[in-house]
This record gives sequence, C-alpha cells and structure tokens, in this order.
Amino acid sequence: MNETRPVAEAGSAPVEPLRSRAALIWLLLPFAVLALAVTWLVAANPLSRFDNGAPPVENLTFERTVLSDSGIDLLVRAGGSEPMTISQVQVDDAYWQFVQEPTGPLGRGETAWIRLPYPWVLGEAHAVKMITNTGATFEHEIAVAVPTPVANAATLWSQMLLGAFVGIVPVAIGLMFYPALRGIGRSGMNFLLAMTVGLLVFLMIDAAGEAFELAGEAAAIFQGQAMVVLAASAAFLILMATGRRGGTPTGLTLATLIALGIGLHNLGEGLAIGAAFAAGAAGLGTFLVLGFTIHNITEGIGIAAPMLKKRPPVWTFPALTLLAGGPAVVGLWIGSLAHAPQWSALALAMGAGAILQVVVEVSAYLARSDGRGTAALLSWPVMAGLVFGVTFMYATAMLVKV
Amino acid sequence: MFEISDWLRTRLSRRMVLGAGLAAAGGSAVAAVGSAQEVSQAGYGGGKPHQGMAGSGHASSHGAMMTVGDVDEARNGFDTAKMLTEWETGTVSRLPDGRVLRTFQIDAVDKEIEIAPGVMFPAWTYNGRVPGPALRATEGERLRIVFRNFGSHPHSIHFHGIHSARMDGIPGAGVIDPGDEFVYEFDAKPFGCHFYHCHALPLKRHIHKGLYGLFVVDPDPARHPEQSDVARSRLLGTPENAEWQEFAMVMNAFDTNFDDENEVYAVNTVAHTYMKHPIPILRDKPVRVYLVNAVEFDPINSFHLHGNFYDYYDHGTTLTPTLRTVDTITQCQAQRGILEFSFKEHEPGLYMFHAHQSEFAELGWMSFFDVKEAVA
Repeated sequence: MNETRPVAEAGSAPVEPLRSRAALIWLLLPFAVLALAVTWLVAANPLSRFDNGAPPVENLTFERTVLSDSGIDLLVRAGGSEPMTISQVQVDDAYWQFVQEPTGPLGRGETAWIRLPYPWVLGEAHAVKMITNTGATFEHEIAVAVPTPVANAATLWSQMLLGAFVGIVPVAIGLMFYPALRGIGRSGMNFLLAMTVGLLVFLMIDAAGEAFELAGEAAAIFQGQAMVVLAASAAFLILMATGRRGGTPTGLTLATLIALGIGLHNLGEGLAIGAAFAAGAAGLGTFLVLGFTIHNITEGIGIAAPMLKKRPPVWTFPALTLLAGGPAVVGLWIGSLAHAPQWSALALAMGAGAILQVVVEVSAYLARSDGRGTAALLSWPVMAGLVFGVTFMYATAMLVKV
Repeated sequence: MFEISDWLRTRLSRRMVLGAGLAAAGGSAVAAVGSAQEVSQAGYGGGKPHQGMAGSGHASSHGAMMTVGDVDEARNGFDTAKMLTEWETGTVSRLPDGRVLRTFQIDAVDKEIEIAPGVMFPAWTYNGRVPGPALRATEGERLRIVFRNFGSHPHSIHFHGIHSARMDGIPGAGVIDPGDEFVYEFDAKPFGCHFYHCHALPLKRHIHKGLYGLFVVDPDPARHPEQSDVARSRLLGTPENAEWQEFAMVMNAFDTNFDDENEVYAVNTVAHTYMKHPIPILRDKPVRVYLVNAVEFDPINSFHLHGNFYDYYDHGTTLTPTLRTVDTITQCQAQRGILEFSFKEHEPGLYMFHAHQSEFAELGWMSFFDVKEAVA
C-alpha cells in the first residue's frame, strides 16, 4: 500500500499541471467576459435609450439626531442612483442656515452631518425638511425634542443604573431561586425547562419583530430584511457548531449558552431603549422600568434550570448574571450615544438567532434528561411549562409595551 | 441610592415623565432631583442656552433663518435686482388712424431655473424668465402680442384686461401647440396694474410652472383732465413719473417636489434675494410698487411693510387710493394693485417687507428696502 501510492502520484504528475492550467483558463474566462461587458457598457453606453429625462433617483436616510445647546445636528446617509446634493434645509417650514460636514455631493452610501443652529423647544415637536438640487424633499420628524445625552460620568452612571434595573437585577433575582429549586422532581424540572423554552420563544419573536422593524428604518443600502435573516442564521449556526463541539451541551455549558442568548437579546433591547432616549421618544416612567424588571425575572430562572442537578461553583452565578444582563447596560450606552437603526437591528437579529439555538439545545436537554426522548416533550408538565413561560412573558410585556 | 429611590418614587405627568426620562438618560439632573418640578426645570435648563444662541444668531441681519448660498443669476439669465425696474415696452408704430400700435414679442420656452441657492426648478417661462416680462403700455393704445410656443406643451397668454372672446387665450381661442404662433390683439384698457398668464390646461400646473407676468397699463392724462397730474405721474416716460421710484414685483412660489405644496416663496422668483441684496431706495423720492400675486396652491398672499404705511390702489384702475394708510394688504391669486409710500420722514436704514403669512416669509418671501440718503 505504502509503495503503490507514490507510484500512482508519480503517474498522474504530468497530467496535473495541464489540468490546473486548463482550470485556470476556465476560471479566467468568466472574469474576462465580465470585463468585456463593463467596458462595453461604459464605452458604448447602450443603455442611453433608457435615459428618459427623468431626474436621478434620490434617497436620504436620517440615522442620528443630536439636539444640544448648539442646535440640531443630523447624520444623513445618501442612497441615490447618482451623487446627490443637499441644497437647502427647512426646519418647521422655515429655511435655516446650515453647515454640511463634509461638504459636497453625497455619493451612494455616504454620510454627512447637517448642523443647524436652530433654537429648538424642549418637549415640543420639530420637522426638518431637506431639499436637494433637483427639488426633491426628505423629511425627518423630531417627535419630542430633548437634549441628546452626552458621554459624561453622570450620564453613563445613570444609564448603568437603568440598564441594571432592566437587565442585571431581574436575572440576579431569577438566579436566586436556584437553592429553592434544587430539590425539584422530574416533573418540576420538566416544567421549568419548558418554561425556559417558552420564554425564550417569546424573546425570539420579540427580538425578530423588533429587528425587522428597525431594519425598515435603516438606509436601503443595508437591505435590512436580508441582513436580519442572515445575521440570525449566522448566529444560530455558529452557536450550534461551537456549542456542540464538546458534545451536546448540558449543565453549566447550557446555562452559559442561555445566558449568552439572553445577553444578546438584552444588548439589542438596550440599544433600542438608548436610541429611544436619544430620539426623545421614550418617556420612561417608574412603572415602565418595574415592568421590564418583572418581565425579565424568568430569564434568571431559565438560566438556573439546566444547572439544578449540578453543583456549579458560586462565582458562576454573578458571571452568568453579568453575561445575561450586562449587555443591557452596554446597549443603553451605545444606543443613546452612537446609534443607527441598522446596528440595533443587527444586534437583535443575532440575539434571535442565538435564542433559537438555545431553544433547540434546551429542548434536546429536556428530552434527554427525561429519558423518554421526544415523547417527554409532549408530556403535560412540559406543555404547562411552555404555556406558562410564553403567557408570563406576554402578560408582563403588557406592562412595558407603549 | 437615594437618587434611584427618588427617581422611582416620582410620579409624573406626560411632560414630567419626559423630564424624568431625560434625567435618567441624561444623568445631568438625577443627583439633584428632589421633586418632579425640579426635574422639569432641569430639563428646561437644558433649553435655556438657546435663547443666548438665538440672540447671537440675530446679530447677523436676520438670524440663521435664511437660505444658504447665492443663486447664479447669470446662469438663470435674469437678474432679480434689475427685474424690479425692467419694463418691457415693446416696439411702437402708428396705425393709419394715428393711434399707437404697440407690439410685444413673447416666446414660451422650457428652462431650468435656480429658484433658491442650489435648488433647480424645471420651469416653463415667457422669454426665458420667471416672472415673464413686465409689459407696460398706455391706455388707449392698440396692443399686438406675437406669441410663439417653443415649449414642450400647448401654451397661451391670457390677459386680464378688456378684449374679445377670440383673444382670450383659452383652449379654442389662443392656446397653441408647440411650434405654433398666435397674435393677440386688443386695446390697452382699462388702465391699471394687470396680470397675464398661461390658460392652457391643467391650469394649476401651467401657472405654477412659471407662466405669468405683470401687465401695466398707464393712464392717459388727456383722458383724465380732472386728475391729470396723478395720471402723468403714473405715465412711464414723463418728468412727473421720473420723480418716482417704481418697482415691478410678482409674488410667486414653487412646488419643487410636485406635491401641490410650495417649498419656495418669493417676490420675483428667487427666495430671499432682496434679503441678501436689499433694494436701494432714495429717502426723499416716493416709491410705487406694482404688485401681483401669482402664487398657486395657497388661497392668498400678502404684503406687509415695516415701519411705514402706504396707500393702495386695488387693481390700479383708479387714480385715488382704494385703501389709505395701511401697512398690510392681501391678494388672492391674480389680484393685484399699486402701493404708494414714502420714506421722506424716516431715518435711513433697512426696512423689511414680507408676506404676513409667516410661513411664506420664512420660506423665502422676505425682503428689505435699503433707504438711503443718496444712491451711490
């Protein structure tokens, strides 16, 4: 065997370079045709018949709004078929002097800051309208004018408090059920795991819906819908693959994966809340914050569930809490200070994908640990747990949906 | 944390909730918050610097409320400063019966014009300008308007005046196809400040695309012996008329995105042009403004003069004012009139005039007279 192999290779050796050269030529051919097509399009302009005299397609997306003592600053992204020029800007139906940074026409996908020294009024609405050189107009509504948060210690601190209440505190409270739940029986265990699946399914739907909504606000160039689906799929597949590297995840590993999925969801959630603050749209009352806290308590229980039969070291509890809840703080910071809808959509999409992976793994774990396999999934404690998980999330979400 | 408990305890109204949200996000107020009221004050505090900011903005003529840049008037082919005093008097000849025959040549031309700095508008024009030429004739003359359509759509000239049905410029009576020619002929009467525009259909589009202009018929002093002095002062070319500073002003507007709402308002087309380049007038010479409203989509327009009052002659068809000592008049579309006023008793300076629909003013219909001792 060992002797025959080199012979075979030696025999095929003269053929190999020829074949690879042929392959190279075949590879070059399509590129050559493409180059030819491009050259012809540019040089001969055969599409000139389609030029019907209509003005170029123009599109402008407003990505960020910053209200400060120096007025209104807007980050816009152009999406025209040709570079477009912002000629004049109206605020509340009045032409207003503005400065564009950087100046000049905006190519496809390019961004610029439009700075308006406008004396905006706290708590009231303003409308900005940009007029391009072709006379097309693009409007942006500032629903409620409030100063945009700036990055200083006080801001970051208070946002951290808010993020903690929304993300970290509920997970910590949920994990505190751990000792009480340890002695739980098979049915109870199944109920808890099913409840975890139920709440995760709710979060997944929530995250996906929000991701699609935000993707709709993003500039067309990002192709929001496709981006959300791709990001969710990628997150799902990557986590599936890495999660199963050491066999199917159980115990602490599974808890960590759940915490990661919830964390990604909370990151997107935080980005959205932060962005709402920056846009002045969020009138965040005490009630709303408490709602978020209660809503998220089950997340902690869900993380605890797969570890009930193990005895993980104590440090894992704060670590898991931070992993699941901490991203809410980070999201708030980023969302209020530097936000664009596509980034929130991306984070939420990845969260949805990550949660789907956890849903699969928790279900698998449930089936396996029960011993009855997939039949266990249809048992009545599992059904009850699922229903409870989804219903609890849905009902507590009523506290926070505005 | 005391801050958090205070914050959590706060019960707020909608506006207050905003304040609290702001406090939570902005952080600036959280530590200081003792009551809801303070939250809201802290919030408003954030807005206060704007008063100072607005103040500094006002230091330059009229704040930051202005279009940015300048219109390329050479490319437009018409100069808004010259347009004020440019009267189209046509060519004059005598009819066999001795009457004056005045002939005007007007061509309809499609042309892209710059109506605010950097904002182009695909206009339909008379003689390449918007508004069209300010025609001026004398009462009793025979008028002949040779109209050629070089545009891409059927057009006409419909004069507000006294004429026969055949000369009305409506479909079937003077609306002509591209490439055609039509001659409108009628007597110049009644004297006054009149209007002409395209009456092809759809009317709205043909008007707001730019086909309109002033048509002034000066009174013939011989026909008004009891007020011949007044008539002479109105008659272009007389020494009495030279004592006046006369201006042609067409109030117009442009719907740049074709949503049936105007984006730009102006006198003589270009937004803010007389804000950036105030109209110089001599203090001791009286001023006469021939004013017409050509704005489409909005029911009325108006003219308000700062620091002064004027006499107004509705349609200009009388030699005595129809309104005395007013500082604001309104005109519906096609309504027009003559304004007469003097800054003789005033100190020199910039005197504003604008539409007193603030919206129109802020969208470009805002101007200055620069009252001077003597024009350099």
